[in-house]
Amino acid sequence: MAKVMFTPNIQRHVPCPETHAAGCTVGEVLANVFAVNPDARGYVLDDQSALRKHITVFVDGTMIRDRTRLADAVGEASTVYVFQALSGG
Amino acid sequence: MMSDRLMVSTRKGLFTVTRRGGSWEIAEVDFLGDNVTLTLTDRRDGLEYAALDHGHFGVKVHRSTGNGWEEIAAPVYPPKPEGYEELDMWGRPLNWSTARIWALAAGGADEPGTIWCGTLPGGLFRSIDHGKSWEMVRSLWEHPKRKQWMGGGADLPGIHSICVDPRDSKRVWIAVSTGGVWFTQDRGASWAQRGEGMRAEHVPPELTHDPIAQDVHCLAQCPAAPQRMWVQHHNGIFVSSDEGKTFSEITGVEPSTFGFAVVVHPRDPDTAWFVPEIKDEKRIPREGKLAVTRTRDGGKSFEVLTKGLPQSHAYDVVYRHALALDNTGGRLAFGSTTGGLWVSEDQGDSWACVSHTLPPVYAVRFG
Repeated sequence: MAKVMFTPNIQRHVPCPETHAAGCTVGEVLANVFAVNPDARGYVLDDQSALRKHITVFVDGTMIRDRTRLADAVGEASTVYVFQALSGG
Repeated sequence: MMSDRLMVSTRKGLFTVTRRGGSWEIAEVDFLGDNVTLTLTDRRDGLEYAALDHGHFGVKVHRSTGNGWEEIAAPVYPPKPEGYEELDMWGRPLNWSTARIWALAAGGADEPGTIWCGTLPGGLFRSIDHGKSWEMVRSLWEHPKRKQWMGGGADLPGIHSICVDPRDSKRVWIAVSTGGVWFTQDRGASWAQRGEGMRAEHVPPELTHDPIAQDVHCLAQCPAAPQRMWVQHHNGIFVSSDEGKTFSEITGVEPSTFGFAVVVHPRDPDTAWFVPEIKDEKRIPREGKLAVTRTRDGGKSFEVLTKGLPQSHAYDVVYRHALALDNTGGRLAFGSTTGGLWVSEDQGDSWACVSHTLPPVYAVRFG
């Protein structure tokens, strides 16, 4: 299962502890994270389940490109970071 | 009874200002550091609602029962149908996602728990359970003319004004920037455009009087005489005496008819207040002198009220939700983009500064 870590800045709004989740894509991994932490979903994804405009996700050090379908691949030993983009101010 | 409490929504928190010993002071600060865009105090049950925009993390709604705030549901747009694409006025795909909460209004006395919510990019939502859940008003979102709405105060169109008829809560008016005034008489099942007679300077001549082209900045309805509606518009002040079917323009008002906010007296439909600025390309008080204008005769004449307001190098802009009137019509308050907050206890004849160092003020509400 991939390791999933969230920006510290989200923690004061909604607790998002480091966790592990199954899945072959970013979308599948995040869906499994939000299945046990549903309050966090709307902080990361918009109403259409795309990544919010000023959120970035890195998989093993590479920023994902598919922000709409979240189809970028995730490996069994991957580390997924959910960060704030500096573009959001 | 006059209100002794103000809720001031700012870029960096929610400030509760109360009257103590004849003066107004900041009593509490909630959400310090966060962008609070609007509040609603529901007079039917005392619940308070606050809209927050966390930027990176999206738009959220919090509710207070008087014992602290808790996050509740935020309005969520429905899934965009597979394969469907809609472009905004910039030619970019329109994201069906709440970009801002721009209006919060309590339903009628006969529908406790009903809250209306207007958003960018143009969705209207209703809750019937005190904000526990929200449902989009699909009839308006799917109205074919909705796609003609355009950005006004923001890149995206938005619903900023919601007026529920105090005589019949099924009847609701909304106003859109830009998209004019819309009306439902069946609690949102169907909608019709209103607002003949308004005039838009920002479109070609053939569209000048098209009701959907109007950039209404704020729509206010007199509770005791709901047929009377006032509009602060992008290029003027308009008044209606037939529930918004037709409007007449009020011209020749000094120092300006440009502004964002309007409030109307709860019992006297002829009395209304505005905060004028140099239109439109500058958006600052004329000659750096901050003023409020007041009419007591339905717009035939206006007084310029400046006592207690800065009259030199004042560059305060007062947004559409940042001018408030209490339930009695006796007290007013307004906040500015440069962090000023003023209160009047004599209908605007004189003003007292509560602070001039607040964060940018987005909304002021008595409650």
